[in-house]
Amino acid sequence: MPGHVVPKKLYILVFAALIVLTGLTTSVAFINLGKWNTVAALVIAVCKATLVVLFFMHLRWSSNLLRIVVASSLVWLAILIGLTLSDVFTRDWTPIPSNWEAQIQQDVR
Amino acid sequence: MHSSAAALAEQFDDLEQQHEASSLGMWVFLATEVMFFGGLFTAYIIFRNLYLPAFEAGSRLLDVRIGAFNTAVLLCSSLTMALAVRAAQLGKKGALITFLLLTLLLGLTFVGVKLAFEWRHDFSEGLVPGLNWTFDGPDSRHLELFFCFYFFMTGVHALHMVIGVGVLTVLINMAWRGKFSPQRYNTVEMSGLYWHFVDIIWIFLFPLLYLIGGRY
Repeated sequence: MPGHVVPKKLYILVFAALIVLTGLTTSVAFINLGKWNTVAALVIAVCKATLVVLFFMHLRWSSNLLRIVVASSLVWLAILIGLTLSDVFTRDWTPIPSNWEAQIQQDVR
Repeated sequence: MHSSAAALAEQFDDLEQQHEASSLGMWVFLATEVMFFGGLFTAYIIFRNLYLPAFEAGSRLLDVRIGAFNTAVLLCSSLTMALAVRAAQLGKKGALITFLLLTLLLGLTFVGVKLAFEWRHDFSEGLVPGLNWTFDGPDSRHLELFFCFYFFMTGVHALHMVIGVGVLTVLINMAWRGKFSPQRYNTVEMSGLYWHFVDIIWIFLFPLLYLIGGRY
């Protein structure tokens, strides 16, 4: 038989951890931590996703080839989010050169 | 020996290689799905930062209890799906059908709660952009944008759930007809990968949409 058979107990343990983390993230949302609320929510979400990928999706017992596919999908996601945000959040760091306005006026005429 | 030969497609050397090829194909597909949802998440991050007060107000208009309940339902369905794959690996037909049915029911519960409680409630409150938008408080235009994101993201997620329910129906039918064995269960495992992936998307949607709106 190909593939790894995971003990039932481990699945139930992982499930219990996921439920506890869901309770934790929900209760933390009602405590004022300022900016850390968002950080806490995302860190807990990443922990839950990691548990699902490693155990329910069997990545812990998978070949290196599959691990590379998963890692590269995260790298591409990081490029998508990172490069887009680095554009959007830095647009007003450099002022628009004053002679551009004159150039546009001239082109319109 | 006979069952093993029937389970092996002729282009593969052995069952191990066949299993690896199926897994690789599914994970590559899931990588494209990561990019699909990634675009939505990126857009959400940008507009949330642009119109933070409206987006936080929007989050607070969602019902956290229903969101948390549905999260638990989905996590349960992931457990039953994982146990279904395990039953298929061990060749336990009865357990396989039971766990697949449980997964199907939990999936339908999730979509049902979403439709009957959340979306219907939003509609009656006039919080559905395009169909019924009557909110006229401050920042109405930006709040409308939040609800566009909310309906598009949860809608596409629910569509994935409905597709998953269809896949489960086929699996149950195949399991019923005895199509799976300890040598031949790739279909169950790959469908499981898809189901868990849809669960992961919700693991991120729940905090991003419901929780980080300053509920304290």
